[in-house]
Amino acid sequence: MSKLVYLIPLLPFVGFLLIGLGRKSLSKTLTGIIGCSTVLAAFIISLLIFFEVRHEDFQTQVIQVFPFIEFGKVSIPFAFQVDQLAALFLLIITGVGFLIHMYSTAYMHEEQPEHFARYFSYLNLFIFFMLMLVLGANYVIMFIGWEGVGLCSYLLIGYWFKNEDYNNAARKAFIMNRIGDLGFLIAIFWMISQFSSTSFAEVFAKASSGSTVTIITILLFIGAVGKSAQIPLYTWLPDAMAGPTPVSALIHAATMVTAGIYMIARSNVLYSLAPLSQNIVAIIGITTAILAALIALRQNDIKKVLAYSTVSQLGYMFLGLGVGAYVGAVFHVMTHAFFKALLFLAAGSVIHALHHEQDIRRMGGLKKNIPITHFTFLIGCLAIAGIPPFSGFFSKDEILIAAYARDPILYWIGLGGALLTAFYMFRLYTLTFLGEYRGKNDHHGDHDHHIHESPSAMTIPLVVLAVLAVIGGFVGLPEIFNDKLGTSHYLHHFLSPVITASHDEPHVSANTEYILLAVSVVLIVVSCIAAVNAFKRYKYSAEEPKGFGKILANKFYVDEFYDAVIVRPLKSFALFLNESVEKLAIDGIVNGIGKAIQYGSRQLRWLQSGQVAAYVLLMVISIIIFFFVQFFVKH
Amino acid sequence: MPINYYIFLSLTIFCIGIVGVLTRRNAIIIFMCIELMLNAVNLLLVAFSKMHHLQQASTSAMAGIDGQLFVFFIMVVAAAEVSVGLAIIVMLFRNVHSVDVNFLNRLKH
Repeated sequence: MSKLVYLIPLLPFVGFLLIGLGRKSLSKTLTGIIGCSTVLAAFIISLLIFFEVRHEDFQTQVIQVFPFIEFGKVSIPFAFQVDQLAALFLLIITGVGFLIHMYSTAYMHEEQPEHFARYFSYLNLFIFFMLMLVLGANYVIMFIGWEGVGLCSYLLIGYWFKNEDYNNAARKAFIMNRIGDLGFLIAIFWMISQFSSTSFAEVFAKASSGSTVTIITILLFIGAVGKSAQIPLYTWLPDAMAGPTPVSALIHAATMVTAGIYMIARSNVLYSLAPLSQNIVAIIGITTAILAALIALRQNDIKKVLAYSTVSQLGYMFLGLGVGAYVGAVFHVMTHAFFKALLFLAAGSVIHALHHEQDIRRMGGLKKNIPITHFTFLIGCLAIAGIPPFSGFFSKDEILIAAYARDPILYWIGLGGALLTAFYMFRLYTLTFLGEYRGKNDHHGDHDHHIHESPSAMTIPLVVLAVLAVIGGFVGLPEIFNDKLGTSHYLHHFLSPVITASHDEPHVSANTEYILLAVSVVLIVVSCIAAVNAFKRYKYSAEEPKGFGKILANKFYVDEFYDAVIVRPLKSFALFLNESVEKLAIDGIVNGIGKAIQYGSRQLRWLQSGQVAAYVLLMVISIIIFFFVQFFVKH
Repeated sequence: MPINYYIFLSLTIFCIGIVGVLTRRNAIIIFMCIELMLNAVNLLLVAFSKMHHLQQASTSAMAGIDGQLFVFFIMVVAAAEVSVGLAIIVMLFRNVHSVDVNFLNRLKH
């Protein structure tokens, strides 16, 4: 079965070509069928591979498709690696990807057929690159996918390209990613110079602790910071909400932004050799988690809240990676993919029902109008808040317990972030679905006619994701429950061949773990109830928040800070270059040469008089000159 | 007779030819001056050929013969050139009723 692995990325690519080239002639239905079926087929093959991989005696397979780059002693083949980690990510990407394709057929239905096809071709291209990223058997193939998903993200954020703000958001995402990509690229070069190889197996075998590995891991982490929106490169992700909502769900919540987590989890051998890098990862992760959660408290755009919550959850994943809980981080990637895709799609459904209203201050009381969306959104909130037995509880607690084992301070900060998460998610939930409708046309009962549940192509993915968000956590029950129930942590067991490093992580005693779990659950429930109570009777007001709230509403002025420190000096420098260097110096030289030649040729034109005698005279004079020259050269 | 006389004579004829080409406008006279230059060279070739033959006759009976061969070549080529050139001049006269070369400056444009 692993021999067919090349089909997994190939199918979405074929879909991209078909839709992209035939976008002028394909009908919307046909576009939807091609787009969905290729991803579905990839999902089925991924399932088959998953069932093959979960056998006890499965060995990691590297399938070389063709030789790709060869120079000197270095040979970089175009190869795919099939193992447990890749199989898990394949399932997440193709599974969630398929649901989102299906959802998009309904969500994007108002678009022109040509733009509809453009959207689906980008979406398929994204799936292709993402699959390349997780299937690559060396860092170069991974980098190809890495760049490709960045490109697709750019294309899809700027999908409505007539809006200049959206284009700026797309550019911002691309440039911020670029900064990170540079780190990744340098890491690859460093690897080639040190290990003369980029394949995972060889690099991991040759690596030994020391400055080399520390530098490489830090550079890789810079790449991950850009792609996974961590401090200081996180500001692109909230702006990326300019794209269509299914895109936010697929790319900016469930899959692409987790590429950084995947890359570090894949390189866990290297990170375990570099404690300094691990600490940096953990600190950046926890800081991002807290900062983004604080900002999310004061956002009023339904998608912005979810975007900051994504940044915050990614911060948790990096915290997990930093404290050595690689499995916990991958586990959280999985559960996060379920519940965050669910939340985004449900938010899309709300936006769809309200005809593109995104301000939660203008919502409220939608519970009875859109019951399926309401119910699934509630499940998503419970999952992300970390209330048992929903999936987010298990994955988040695994990370937090591992953080406690490393350093209790990390745990308490992380728990604080989790409380904030519960609070802002239930603020979002309450403002959207509870209370009274605060929309613009709130005449008595009038809105009931306008607000209606979304079509089934949108609600079916919601229900499927909701089910996954509920049960997704049971593949990774905490150790203490496993001891009681006689089960095992399935994900640990499953990933153990790939993630070798997490065995020696420090463990906490069972009693401490019980206490920590109980404390976190109680605090989170209190936080949720507080949020519901605080916003149940919210009345719309346009007044600006004051004091600390204002700082939060303005996102700590980070965008303004970057604007003042980086963007504006760069722009004025560019203006200076344009005005003086370009216009004066370069244009002056080029135009000067042109003018000199024109002037010179105008003068030389007098030589061509047409008088034969003049020509002959010139010839004779030249001969005499040559004669003398030769004479002088000889003597 | 010393070789110098021949050299000076042919130099003189050659210079007359050059000055004629430069100063005269009549195409036929220019033509004649070109012939003059060619024949000055011929004279020089024959003179040097004779000189070499006298110097090296003891070693080789054929010494200096190539100079005289060149002369025949030049005479043949000059004859061919004359036939073409005169034809051009005849055509020129038929067209513009003049053999003044300064009429031929229309190539400039």
